[in-house]
Amino acid sequence: MRLEPIANPSLGRSLGPPALAVAATVVIASLLAMVAGANPFSVLGLILKGAFGSQFAALETLNRATPLIFTGLAIAVAFKAKFWNIGAEAQLYAGALITVVLGTGALPWPSFALIPTLMVGAVLAGAVLLLIPAILKTRFGVDEVVTTLLFNFIFLLFISMLLEGPLKDPMGMGWPKSARVLSEARLPRIVDGLRLHWGFGLAILCAVAVWVIQTRSTLGYEMRAVGLNREAAAFAGIPVNTVLVKTALMSGGLAALAGFSEVAGLKGSLTLDLSPGFGYTGIIVAMLALLNPLGVIVTALFVAGIFVGADSMSRAAGVPTYLADMMLATALLLMVLAILLTRFRVVRD
Amino acid sequence: MKPGSEVVLRLDAITKRFGKLVANDAISLSLRKGEVVALLGENGAGKTTLMNILFGQYTADSGSVEVFGQTLPPGNSRAALDAGVGMVHQHFTLADNLTVLENITLGVQSLFGWRVNKAETSLKIRRLSDDFRLKVDPDARVGSLSVGERQRVEILKALYRDVKILILDEPTAVLTPQEADDLFATLRIAIANGLSIIFISHKLHEVMAISDRVVVLRHGRRVAEVDVADTDKTALSGLMMGVEAKAPDIAVARPGKTLLSLQNISTPNIKNVPGLCDVSLDLKAGQIIGLAGVSGNGQAALADVVGGMRMPSQGVLVLGGEPLAQWSPRKAVQSGIARIPEDRHKTGTIADFDLTENTILEGYNSTPFSRAGWMNWSKARRFATDIIDKYDVRCPGPDTRIRLLSGGNMQKLILGRVLEADPQIVLANQPVRGLDIGAVNYVHSQLLAARDRGAAVLLISEDLDEIMGLSDVIHVIAGGRLSPGFARGSMTPAQLGIWMAGQGFDSADLDGEVAHAS
Repeated sequence: MRLEPIANPSLGRSLGPPALAVAATVVIASLLAMVAGANPFSVLGLILKGAFGSQFAALETLNRATPLIFTGLAIAVAFKAKFWNIGAEAQLYAGALITVVLGTGALPWPSFALIPTLMVGAVLAGAVLLLIPAILKTRFGVDEVVTTLLFNFIFLLFISMLLEGPLKDPMGMGWPKSARVLSEARLPRIVDGLRLHWGFGLAILCAVAVWVIQTRSTLGYEMRAVGLNREAAAFAGIPVNTVLVKTALMSGGLAALAGFSEVAGLKGSLTLDLSPGFGYTGIIVAMLALLNPLGVIVTALFVAGIFVGADSMSRAAGVPTYLADMMLATALLLMVLAILLTRFRVVRD
Repeated sequence: MKPGSEVVLRLDAITKRFGKLVANDAISLSLRKGEVVALLGENGAGKTTLMNILFGQYTADSGSVEVFGQTLPPGNSRAALDAGVGMVHQHFTLADNLTVLENITLGVQSLFGWRVNKAETSLKIRRLSDDFRLKVDPDARVGSLSVGERQRVEILKALYRDVKILILDEPTAVLTPQEADDLFATLRIAIANGLSIIFISHKLHEVMAISDRVVVLRHGRRVAEVDVADTDKTALSGLMMGVEAKAPDIAVARPGKTLLSLQNISTPNIKNVPGLCDVSLDLKAGQIIGLAGVSGNGQAALADVVGGMRMPSQGVLVLGGEPLAQWSPRKAVQSGIARIPEDRHKTGTIADFDLTENTILEGYNSTPFSRAGWMNWSKARRFATDIIDKYDVRCPGPDTRIRLLSGGNMQKLILGRVLEADPQIVLANQPVRGLDIGAVNYVHSQLLAARDRGAAVLLISEDLDEIMGLSDVIHVIAGGRLSPGFARGSMTPAQLGIWMAGQGFDSADLDGEVAHAS
């Protein structure tokens, strides 16, 4: 058996395998639920109900999707230019850090001044954090996968140190937790009385903005060219290293917005469990969306729905929430296979 | 030795389709003992496909392969090898970090078997190397050998396995004319020893010199089979191209002022690829300068310097009278240098970009395609449509991904991209490699038109016929050194070959450096 590339894939060829991947994911998840001793149909129903079954559940899903849209976009932007940023987790915390450093009283400003300042501060922090691996890569050829990945651990330990030291909340009963940000720093709710903050709106806005930049701007053209064929881009006169650095700045800034939005919109303070791996899950979100920024919105909702739904499902059916992780992993692996099958056909010799 | 009557290899009505393309259309071929059959055809005529079927890389849709009367099972890549057929590929399949001896025995002796009997193996290789006049040191590391020597290793590898049928795919593409003569001497010995040879080529004079019989392929069909004694070069080229080929009438060049001047340029060697060594060259308006040379002798470095990819480590580039302090691809494009890159797939185009995106690859960041950081896609698309019309790019439309285009159409798009801006200087690096004859003529006519318009053209090619046909002045590059310029018609191929082997550079201090090419 071997793979033969398909010159001009038909519509069915483009959509069929991904649809099959989703269906297969559901089947495999059901089997796993059975192994865990539950009725597979009720488990799937419970996940769906837990994610979208009520207004509360749906809003919870949207809230959970918000940081995933940001990190998903960060990854999508970087991967499109083949800059492998695995460090969205650290950049997220960099954004959160700036938000609590400036938002807990250092800048006693009204909301309309403070919120944009915190936002810009967070973006800069994330961008600068990713600038280091980007420069190491473009100047010295250091593999960014290694540097960005290791930065995650370094930066989380750094945050941990700050939370045990200078940033520790004096009123926090000894917990490693920062002080709460000012009420002027909090993102307002989109609709009064509903637990959904403007971070979600910002995320949607960013997704549209990234899409416009990628398809309409000169930088977007450069980023795509560098991603598809670095050698040809360089030959044509595209400043490859500059483009990679700009890509890194954009990617880091987007990931940092996740941290800003979680602190200013949801949690109010910085703790070490601010992110349950949003930076890593962002990779899944971006890959499932085939790196399309608008697709990131959809896949972030899908992933968030599985997580939120699995939470309530595990309470109701007594199945571990790890089922959610396994479902996502299955979905990702099958989707990678599906993408391969949209472009190649299997030929038997 | 006169060819005997015993048929050692028979391909019977081989047909192979790739989608709509019929790569081989019922091709039959037979090879007798002690005979050299040339397989002649343009690139894309189906020669490589046919050989891949013989070696089981592809399975034929119909037809059969017979070696010494035995039908080979289709799709089995060992069958032909085991039956005594050996092939020397155009791109060598040698491990650089192993010695000649290790390369030759690789795959013949088991990796996990008893210790290799080195003395015996070495003796056998030396004997073969003496018998067949294939001079090479069994203990030398392949990485340190010249291209000609590597080819000898490939041939030794086949002989070591006692092949009875030897297939050579474009063997002279990488050789100087003198090295090619040595190769032919070896092949004649092989025939005398009872081997049979299939010689794949598109160079007519070689085919005439070495083969007994010629099978001509065109567009996947066998259009003729003739005895060499009954034909001549003109007839063969007519059969190969489907038309009577004639040399283009070229008006006398009227060189104008120097547009780009390279003065004592040197660049460092990169790995085994030589850089430039004190090269001086003036590109003059209205003149085609041809750069002849065996592949890997500094052509890439020269193209990089002229094209803005590399700043020389020593020497001065003077553009329009001004010495250049900075040099980059973008600066080269803005200075009016049209660059046709050597590898149109890897450096000339972005396969997954559509035609529009590929057409503006060099001009994307200036008006009218880009303004204040935003693209104007409708202007870009219109530009691409114009190029497609004007340069006759056969394609479904500007929104097609360029990977779906044939090499010739891809090259036409690149030509349009770089020539549309009326460039002052044209750098054409292997511009017709892999193209069919129609596309070749088109590219050549565009280069001549650019010259007649007053552009300076630098043509780099490994095909001596192309260089001699088009160039007003010919330079030879060998080991990173540049020969003096020779006016059109002042040199024979053999004389150029001496320079290509590095022997024309008289100063004694060069001997050591260029010796490996001789």
